[in-house]
Amino acid sequence: MDMMVNTQPASSPERAKEEARKIIAIDDLSLVFETNDGPVNALSHINLDIHAGDFVSFIGPSGCGKTTLLRVIADLERQTEGSIQVDGTSPEDARLNRLYGYVFQAPGLFPWRTIAGNCKVPLEIFGMSKEQQQRHVDKYLELVGLGDFHKKFPWQLSGGMQQRASIARALSFEPELLLMDEPFGALDEITRDHLNLELLKIWRETRKTVVFVTHSIPEAVLLSTHIVVMSPRPGRIAKIIKSPLPRVRTLEDRESPEFIALAQEVREALANDHRIN
Amino acid sequence: MFKSFHKSQAAALTLMVLALLLLWYAGALWLNSDQLINGYERRNIDWNFSQLVADAYSMKRPMLPTPDQIGAELYKSIFDTAVDSKRSLVYHSAITLSSTLLGFLMGGLLGIVLAIGIVHNRTLERSLMPWVITSQTIPILAIAPMIIVVLGALNFTGLVPKAIISMYLSFFPVTIGMVKGLRAPDKLHMELLATYSAKPGEFFWKLRWPTALPYLFASLKIAIAASLVGAIVAELPTGAQGGLGARLLSGSYYGQTVQIWAALVVAAVLGAVLVALVGMMERKINRRMGIAA
Repeated sequence: MDMMVNTQPASSPERAKEEARKIIAIDDLSLVFETNDGPVNALSHINLDIHAGDFVSFIGPSGCGKTTLLRVIADLERQTEGSIQVDGTSPEDARLNRLYGYVFQAPGLFPWRTIAGNCKVPLEIFGMSKEQQQRHVDKYLELVGLGDFHKKFPWQLSGGMQQRASIARALSFEPELLLMDEPFGALDEITRDHLNLELLKIWRETRKTVVFVTHSIPEAVLLSTHIVVMSPRPGRIAKIIKSPLPRVRTLEDRESPEFIALAQEVREALANDHRIN
Repeated sequence: MFKSFHKSQAAALTLMVLALLLLWYAGALWLNSDQLINGYERRNIDWNFSQLVADAYSMKRPMLPTPDQIGAELYKSIFDTAVDSKRSLVYHSAITLSSTLLGFLMGGLLGIVLAIGIVHNRTLERSLMPWVITSQTIPILAIAPMIIVVLGALNFTGLVPKAIISMYLSFFPVTIGMVKGLRAPDKLHMELLATYSAKPGEFFWKLRWPTALPYLFASLKIAIAASLVGAIVAELPTGAQGGLGARLLSGSYYGQTVQIWAALVVAAVLGAVLVALVGMMERKINRRMGIAA
């Protein structure tokens, strides 16, 4: 990681992006759930490419399939039609290759393990040596601002801190891709703002690709390089918006005309689609 | 406030114990008096109430012995008798305790193994679960002699057949509790491990087992008490020479009610101590697992 930074100093993010390889390629993908009330078209004819280094948000009302799409990328669901490639292989192989870390809506920490112990779960499964586990846990707990909480148990931490621990757990084995399913949806707005900024910092520092599910327009606009607006019944992509904002962002940027215009564009895309329905 | 709360609780407890003792003495007088009055009338003895009370509380074979009689018997058979004597309750307790513990160990292991099989395999669930439940509908008193006799014919005598009866009673709560416990993990936790491509063994040791531990301890508390009952029941029908069950049986042969009650008290205390020991183990593990209790 550090080597890469040294060999490519100060390369402009815009240029790096253009050279970046395709990390997710989704081609005419559909997913139908068979339920007792008949088939449900969760995803319909999805086409989407995500490149290394992108921060892509899926936004849309509930039932639009944004979480389902994320779960297909993570190999937690299988498509019924079309194809998807994750890092040039199937989602299953990508999962087996430990390509991605998944952050759920709830922290999902094991209550019987300490914070450090929770971060070690994937490292133990991946057979990392004890010293290496410790090094990784130290590094990533520090990164999410939980350096002093190694030995605490989850119930001793606030909801926001628990979610930060779960992000450290997802980062701990240094996956290239971070899949996040409304990770801050259950938190209050102040904590959410704070964690959004931290996530941006982590994204810039670790140069990961992030796929982020949200139903908050300001959150999507603040974080993303690309915003994928989705609509329900059947779940499909209504519009893909490329963000003109620079990679380094602050909360104050939310007052800027570019930010407001982008938010307006997302809002219109969501509303237009609603009218069609 | 906290202190006065404790004080009032202690007072309430003392009052309760006193009330029970009073009830017991009244009951002993009531239950024993018929026999005494009959005796008085048969022998044409003039009697009064205080005589009746004195006699009712000092009978050799009372219908219901008094707490002080039981206490005296306990003291005699625990402290005033050589530990290896057949009149010592320590001797009999040790025999019952050893088969209780062996049976508890076997029952616990069997219960856990069955639960693991049932949770991981649908066929096993459908084929085993009905038998597991049926096994507990058969009265243990009916099946215990059969097991002892059959095992005796196979040259298994002494500790092992009794432990098997204990196992028969104690595996059941463990199986039921552990099936529930091993199925208790959150969907979220299961999916989290799935994203790590965890193997079945890792699902078990990292998630299912720790999730099931609280269920296991609840089950083990029932199981160890059931195991003690099993050991005592196993000693009843077989003419066993030692054990609390044998002591109860010989007491009832000779109408030694005081002896029976003393053995019962020891069995009850033993059961309470065993359950408390499992509870201590539970608290120790809970602390290690970060559960404040």
